[in-house]
Amino acid sequence: MGRIRWGWVAVAAVPTIFIGYFFAYPVIRILGLGLSELSLGASGLEARLVRVGWFTVWQATVSTLLTLVVAAPLTWAVSTFEFKGRRLATALITVPFVLPTVVVGTAFMSLGFEDSIIAILAAHVFFNIAVIVRTVSTLWSRIDPHLQEAARVLGASEWGVFRRVTLPLLKPAIAAASSIVFLFTFTSFGVILILGGFRYTTLEVEIYRQAVNLFDLPLAAALALVQLVGVSAALYLYSRYQERKAVTWTLESGSNRKPLTGKATVAVAASVVGTIGAVAIPLMVLMTRSLRGSFYRGLVEADPVVGQPISAVRNSLLFAFVAMAVATVIGVMASAVISRRHGTLSRWFDLTLMLPLGTSAVTIGFGFIVALDWPVDLRASLWLIPMAHALVAVPFVVRSMVPTLRSIPDETRDAAAVLGASPGRVWREIDLPIVSRAILVGSAFAFVVSLGEFGATSFVARPATPTITTMIFRLLSRPGETSFGMAMALSVVLAAITAGIVMWLDRARVGDIGRF
Amino acid sequence: MLQVDRIDVTIDGSAILHRASLRVADSEIVAVLGPSGSGKSTLLRAVAGLVEVALGDITWDARSIKDVPTHQRDFGLMFQGYALFPHLDVAGNVGFGLKMARHQQIGDEVDQALDWVGLEGFGDRTIDSLSGGEKQRVALARTLAPRPRLVMLDEPLGALDRNLRQRLVVDTRRILVERGVTGIVVTHDRDEAAEMSDRIALMREGRIVQIGTLSQIMDAPADDWVTEFLG
Repeated sequence: MGRIRWGWVAVAAVPTIFIGYFFAYPVIRILGLGLSELSLGASGLEARLVRVGWFTVWQATVSTLLTLVVAAPLTWAVSTFEFKGRRLATALITVPFVLPTVVVGTAFMSLGFEDSIIAILAAHVFFNIAVIVRTVSTLWSRIDPHLQEAARVLGASEWGVFRRVTLPLLKPAIAAASSIVFLFTFTSFGVILILGGFRYTTLEVEIYRQAVNLFDLPLAAALALVQLVGVSAALYLYSRYQERKAVTWTLESGSNRKPLTGKATVAVAASVVGTIGAVAIPLMVLMTRSLRGSFYRGLVEADPVVGQPISAVRNSLLFAFVAMAVATVIGVMASAVISRRHGTLSRWFDLTLMLPLGTSAVTIGFGFIVALDWPVDLRASLWLIPMAHALVAVPFVVRSMVPTLRSIPDETRDAAAVLGASPGRVWREIDLPIVSRAILVGSAFAFVVSLGEFGATSFVARPATPTITTMIFRLLSRPGETSFGMAMALSVVLAAITAGIVMWLDRARVGDIGRF
Repeated sequence: MLQVDRIDVTIDGSAILHRASLRVADSEIVAVLGPSGSGKSTLLRAVAGLVEVALGDITWDARSIKDVPTHQRDFGLMFQGYALFPHLDVAGNVGFGLKMARHQQIGDEVDQALDWVGLEGFGDRTIDSLSGGEKQRVALARTLAPRPRLVMLDEPLGALDRNLRQRLVVDTRRILVERGVTGIVVTHDRDEAAEMSDRIALMREGRIVQIGTLSQIMDAPADDWVTEFLG
C-alpha cells in the first residue's frame, strides 16, 4: 500500500544506524585516508602493494582450488548415498569451519610447521571443506533422479551422466561455495599471522603490521583500499551465483539419496574416513601435546607479563554475551525488514548487511581505531570489542533467519491480517514464533563468532582486558616451550567450548551452519 | 450491505480489475463465477484490503472503507490454499481472530465454531495431522469464529476431490445460511456456484458482466460469451 509505515521505518532505522556508524562511516574514513596516501605516491608503496597483493590473490586461488579437490570425495559420498553416520560425518566436518583461526593456527604449529606456505594452504583447506561439502551436497542430494535416469536411457555412461547432467546442475552451488571460500582465504588473517611468519604476508596481515606495529595508518589505509576492491569483486560474484541458485531451488524438494550397497561402500567409507581422519590429525596432535606438561595448571597461575591467562576466558564470555545480545537484536530487526515483500529497500538492505561478513575483520577493527574518535572518542572504550564482534556476527543471524522468513507464504500473513492482526501483530504472532528456532541458531552462532574473533579484536583489545584469542596470540609470540604449551592448552579450551556449542546446534537440528 | 463501485486494480503494471461493481445485501450470499484469471480472487483481496484499489470505491453500509486497513475491516476471508498457521494447533487457528479482538471466552467460541463445521474435539490436533477435508473445515471455522460482518470464501472446495466436494457444498451452504452470514463465494464451477449462493455474479476479464440467479441468467444471457461459458 502507498502509505508510509512509520513502524517499519523505525525498525529499519536501528540496524541502519548501527551498520552506518560502526561500519560504513569507518570505511569512508579509511577510504579518505587511503586515497590521499595513494595520491601522494609514498616511496616503495607500489612495489609492496604488488608483492603483497599478488601473494594474497595467489594463496586464495590455490587454497580454493585445493579445497574443491579435497572436498570432492566427501561431497559425493554424503550427497549420493544414505548411510549410517552420514549426518555425523557432515557435523564433524563442520567443526573445523567454526573453530577460531587462532586455534587452527596453533594446531598446525603443534604439528611442527612454522613460516610455511604448506601449512597456510593446509589450514585453509582444513577450514573450508565444510563450506563446499554442505553447500554443494544440499543441492546435489535434491537433484531429481529422473534427470539422471533419462540421461542413462538416452545412452550416457555413468561418468557421462555426471559430466553432462549432474555437474552442470551443480555449477551454481559450486561457484557460490567457491567464491565464499575465496573470500574467506583472501581475507584470512589469524592463520597467516601465526603460520606465515614474516616471510608470507597477505594484505590483511600487512594492514595489521602497518597499523598496530608501525603506526603507519595512511599506508594501512591504502592497503585496506586494495583489500576492499578484492572483497567487493568476490562478493559480487557470490551474489550473482546465489541468485541463479535461487531459481534452481524451486525445482526440487526432499532428498534423493540412494541406499548404500555393493562396490560403492568401499569408496564411500574411504572418502568419509579419509577426510574426517585427515581433518582430525591437527586437532589430535594439539590435544595430545597440550597434555604433555603442566600447561593447564599454568593457565590459572599469574604471569608477570600476560597476567593470569584463564582470566581471558572470563573476559571473552562476557564480551560474547554482549555481542550475542546486540547481534540478535540488530539481526532480528534487519531480517524483519529484508523479508518484507515488495521491498526495493529489502534487497539493498540484504546486500548492505552482507558487507561486514565480506569485509575482513581486520578492516573493521582498523576502521574502529581510525574513525571512532567522533562524535565522542570511543577508542579506549571496552564496548568496542563486543560491538566489533556483533558487527561480524549480524550477517550470520540474518543468514539464519531470512530463508525461514521467506518460506512463510504471504497468504499466511494475509490470513492473520484479515483476522484482525495489525502489521506489528502479524510479525509477533506469525513470523516470530515460526522463526524462533532460527533466531536461537543465529544467536548461538553469534556467541561462537565472538568467542573466536581475532582480526578485529587484535586492534581494539587492550592488554589489560585480553580475550581468549588475543591471549593465545600473546602466548604464541613469546619464546619458550611453556608459553607455547599454555597457548595450546588455551586453544584446546576455546576449541572445546566452540565445538560443544556447534555440536549441540547440529544435534538440535536447528540450522545449517556453513551452507552458503 | 457491501457495495463495490467500479473499482480498478492494477498489479505489477497489468490491469486485473477494470470498473468491477458488485452489491451484496445483508444475509445474502453471492457467488462470483468466472474462468481462471478473470480476477475473482483479486476482487476478494480488494474487498479485504489486501490489494490497493486505484479507482472507484468500496463501501459498507454506505460508508467508504477504502482507506480502512485490512485488520480493522472486520471481514473474513477463507483462502484458496486455506493458509492455516502451521505453528498453531487447530484451536490456535480457529481462535486467532477472537484473540486479536480480545474476546473474553475464546475457548467456548472455538468449541462452538468447531461444532458448526462438525469437528468437535479437534482443538488440540496439529495442522499437519489433518486431511484435506478437515483442513477445509478448520479454515471455514477460523473464518466464521470471530463472526465477521462479511464472509468471503475463495474457491472453498477447489483443492478437494469430487466426492468430498459434493458433500461439503451442501454443508458449507448450510453453515453459512444458519449463521445468517453475508457472503461472497468465488468459484469456477457453475453447479457449485448455483448450489451455494442466492445470486450469481459472472466475471470476465476483470469486470462483472451479469448478475442474477442461474435460471435468470440462462433465460436472458447478456451476450454470446455468457451462453457459451454456462454451456
